Amino acid sequence: MNDLATYNFAYLDEQTKRMIRRAILKAIAIPGYQVPFASREMPMPYGWGTGGVQVTASILGPNDVLKVIDQGADDTTNAVSIRAFFQKVANVAVTTKTKEATIIQTRHRIPEEPLRDGQTLVYQVPIPEPLRFLEPRETETRKMHALEEYGLMHVKLYEDIARNGHIATTYAYPVKVEGRYVMDPSPTPKFDNPKMHMSEALQLFGAGREKRIYAVPPHTEVVSLDFEDHPFEIQKFDKPCALCGAANVYLDEVVLDDKGGRMFVCSDTDHCEGRQAHGHAGPMLARPRHQCKEPAE
Amino acid sequence: MSAVPLLKVKDVSKFYGSRIGCRSVSFVLYPGEVLAVVGESGSGKTTLLSCLSTRLMPSSGIIEYHMRDGQYRDLAHMGEAERRFLMRTDWGFVHQNPADGLRMTVSAGANVGERLMAVGDRHYGNIRASASDWLRRVEIGEDRIDDQPRTFSGGMRQRLQIARNLVTSPRLVFMDEPTGGLDVSVQARLLDLVRGLVHDLGLAAVIVTHDLAVARLLSHRMMVMKDGTVIEQGLTDRVLDDPREPYTQLLVSSILQV
Amino acid sequence: MATPLVVSEVAKSFTMHLRDGVRLPVVANVSFSVKAGECVVLGGPSGVGKSSILKMLYGNYGVDEGQILMEHDGRLVNLADAEPRTVLEVRRTTLGYVSQFLRVVPRVSALDIVAEPLQARGVVAQEARERAAQLLAKLNLPKELWPLPPATFSGGEQQRVNIARGFITDHRILLLDEPTASLDAKNRAVVVEMIAEKKAQGTALVGIFHDEEVRDAVADRIIDVSEFSPRRHAA
Repeated sequence: MNDLATYNFAYLDEQTKRMIRRAILKAIAIPGYQVPFASREMPMPYGWGTGGVQVTASILGPNDVLKVIDQGADDTTNAVSIRAFFQKVANVAVTTKTKEATIIQTRHRIPEEPLRDGQTLVYQVPIPEPLRFLEPRETETRKMHALEEYGLMHVKLYEDIARNGHIATTYAYPVKVEGRYVMDPSPTPKFDNPKMHMSEALQLFGAGREKRIYAVPPHTEVVSLDFEDHPFEIQKFDKPCALCGAANVYLDEVVLDDKGGRMFVCSDTDHCEGRQAHGHAGPMLARPRHQCKEPAE
Repeated sequence: MSAVPLLKVKDVSKFYGSRIGCRSVSFVLYPGEVLAVVGESGSGKTTLLSCLSTRLMPSSGIIEYHMRDGQYRDLAHMGEAERRFLMRTDWGFVHQNPADGLRMTVSAGANVGERLMAVGDRHYGNIRASASDWLRRVEIGEDRIDDQPRTFSGGMRQRLQIARNLVTSPRLVFMDEPTGGLDVSVQARLLDLVRGLVHDLGLAAVIVTHDLAVARLLSHRMMVMKDGTVIEQGLTDRVLDDPREPYTQLLVSSILQV
Repeated sequence: MATPLVVSEVAKSFTMHLRDGVRLPVVANVSFSVKAGECVVLGGPSGVGKSSILKMLYGNYGVDEGQILMEHDGRLVNLADAEPRTVLEVRRTTLGYVSQFLRVVPRVSALDIVAEPLQARGVVAQEARERAAQLLAKLNLPKELWPLPPATFSGGEQQRVNIARGFITDHRILLLDEPTASLDAKNRAVVVEMIAEKKAQGTALVGIFHDEEVRDAVADRIIDVSEFSPRRHAA
């Protein structure tokens, strides 16, 4: 660590962290509103979570316990590098356990286990503007947010139904926050949208390239947009997780061979491992059957 | 005809620096009345239309609109939110180039339904039914409802733009050369359609055109503009049959006879 | 009943700006009135200003001087200086006009063209169409033509559509600009009969008829328009 002593705690300098904290405070004060901030160059390319990293760096304290997930997994390249980055520049404790973490930086997922009071979820956001799909002008989208002109959001959903017979948007599904701002929940699957609603944890969103920060404070109403005759629905999976047997969780498809063999497993690796440790088992778990004590869940 | 004007325009001028856009234009427009503004390019008719429709702020003068609540409101003193709301509910604006008034990359149905969704309609089935009804009224086959206007002909696009504007039952529609750039046969169909809709819906309209035949067919009254000022106005057939001003006489005598 | 139409000291000239502003006086000091149930025919050689007077009465031509007074909706309106929208209102309910030529609207059927003035006055479409059909039948317009736009009709057919359109309402004043010009004897007789009916209903009519036979049959009074020649007044 000695050769890194010249770095400031959590990499960013204090003035930058202050600037970002001010943006975060403003974002918390106006739930769902995109606050512009002076995004810095980070030692990783755009698209690797520079927005989330800057938010995390600004709120991180020496006593925090950090968890980083990418598509629900703690062991992917992106998650591993970001975790290693903060271990180096802030020397903070890291974990893969949702329960133990105080700050969770995420790309594309919200952990299955309900978050609690005192935890902060930091999202990495590529495109923060939900209206961008139909309105390319930033000046116009900002005006639309200011004047609460959100008809366009429903135009997008209308197009979905007209084309597919149902709302086919499965990720980055727009939500209305506290009855005011329409927000893009970043490319999380719409499966996770209900978890944002009235969450006990603080949710912060950072978009590094687009230089925007927004937030959903704890206990805030987050409603997914829909039509009366085409209500919002989350994805449903036919089978439980092949490894831990969990139902009602988000599953990833894993291709097993070139003969069409595949399995569906928990996208949240920590959740899956935790269940396995408690003895839950799915049909494809490679473990002696005698160890299984299938609980009545 | 209602006794109360829908739009009261008093002494409206617009200057671009020292250059005159339009100068001291005054008129009142009643519900159900169609006013044609004619003149050649650069005569100030489009500037006037922009001022009336709040796309431009006049340099001086007052434009008052009779709101649905019965009150007159000075458009210049209206908040932006209210003005934009007015523009997508009680008003319509038909651009010369349909691409300026349509979303070219969403379906015809969504183009028509957008205003309904903007005012809070949240029932897909109803929105689609309205869209399909309006496509029929502007003579676009209902089987085209899910096609993007990119695949439409010029005439169809223009008709779609009209449907998109009329779906919220506006009381006032502004049209900027609605038949410009269309083939003559397509023009005739569009004019007839607009004429029928204006009549059936009791719309008030301000139509900017350089085509006197359009003015004759659609408007009750007309204003002739030259160099930013209104030089002659009155009943449409009076101005066309008995033009008084030298410029109007020139304009009328310049119509090609076929 | 008040006199439906009073024309008082009306003068009209044209200024031709495209011909060096030359001023062409047309008529001056035009004064006459038309009683209910009376048919007044404007006479005199062509070019004397008969059509101009009719167009001033309808509001197509502006008026330089004088008054054109009509009783409209229980009040007196001076058409010479009325607002455009008043003129339109008068045309809708009080003042009818049968022109020589039909201004064809693309894609509208003959039947609907005839029915339109009635619908504009609030009569339901079905009833207006029935009335229109009666009139077209009376004027011997072949039934096959009714659903077609009259753009391709012959002059006589168009004129009959025009006449039916002008006669369908019960306007108190009706202006007729050579309504029988391109009709055969049989249909001329029908029009003469229709004019007689209008007179019996108390309509005030002002017309131009070049056909002497028709003129003699309908006219209660002939006004020689050369009386209103501006040159005569200047002299």
